[in-house]
Amino acid sequence: MMWLLFTYFATVGVVAGILTVSLRNPVHCALALLTLLLHMAGLFVMLNAEFLAMVQIIVYAGAILILYLFVLMLMNLKTQEQHLHKKYSYLVFAVIGLLGELLILLMLSPFGGTLGTATPDIILETGPSHAVGITMFSDYLLLFEIVGVFLLGAVIGAITLAKTPAKTDTQELANSPTP
Amino acid sequence: MIPLSAYVALSAVLFMTGLVGVLIRRNFIVVLMSIEIMLNAANINLVAFSHYLHSMAGQMAALFIIAVAAAEAALGLAIIIMIFRKKMATNVDQINILKW
Repeated sequence: MMWLLFTYFATVGVVAGILTVSLRNPVHCALALLTLLLHMAGLFVMLNAEFLAMVQIIVYAGAILILYLFVLMLMNLKTQEQHLHKKYSYLVFAVIGLLGELLILLMLSPFGGTLGTATPDIILETGPSHAVGITMFSDYLLLFEIVGVFLLGAVIGAITLAKTPAKTDTQELANSPTP
Repeated sequence: MIPLSAYVALSAVLFMTGLVGVLIRRNFIVVLMSIEIMLNAANINLVAFSHYLHSMAGQMAALFIIAVAAAEAALGLAIIIMIFRKKMATNVDQINILKW
């Protein structure tokens, strides 16, 4: 059963990823990316990270992707004739070769390490959100605050960049109708 | 029980897909979307290791990566709106005024 779910989520995720980079219309790309994000949220649920899955759906699929769609709709792009760099297409083969070697190395290498204290039993006893909350507000409190300030800075930067340039006083005086 | 290497392999495939997207797409917004794919591949890796090695650190890092992805999307889209207003261009090969 777990294998069936994993195969489903992984296959649809990879197909959606390939569609995201290969579809011609940018809006279709955004919708394929939405499919990818939702299926990755499914994988997070399988990995005992329900809180992260919900954050993925709400923040990634709900906020970031809608931002992308807003900008795409705002620009009203025409579908382009040439949407890929044709002269760089040999890079695809280089990347596929690299990927093959990487996969072989991954399959050969044993993964392991020191096990921590947060076993699935302990997490499931109080729920994943509880475990995430306790960890975030005790061990990672400083990082959490830093991320808050970081997001504030990013929002201020985005507003400053995307603002319509203010007219200077002389232009306004010249353009305004005389009362 | 699914082995850890299955998740890591899935993450590698997704990361390479995103890398190809960054390298060969011409539209700037789709390049940003490919970067989101790569960040998501890293997230899968972190959450999988966090589950298999019984540690919460991976999930914390994944949460912070999502926050960084939000900031990156906001700033990148603001920059592309600014460029689009001035040059009416969204292709990366038309936006090369920083190249000399």
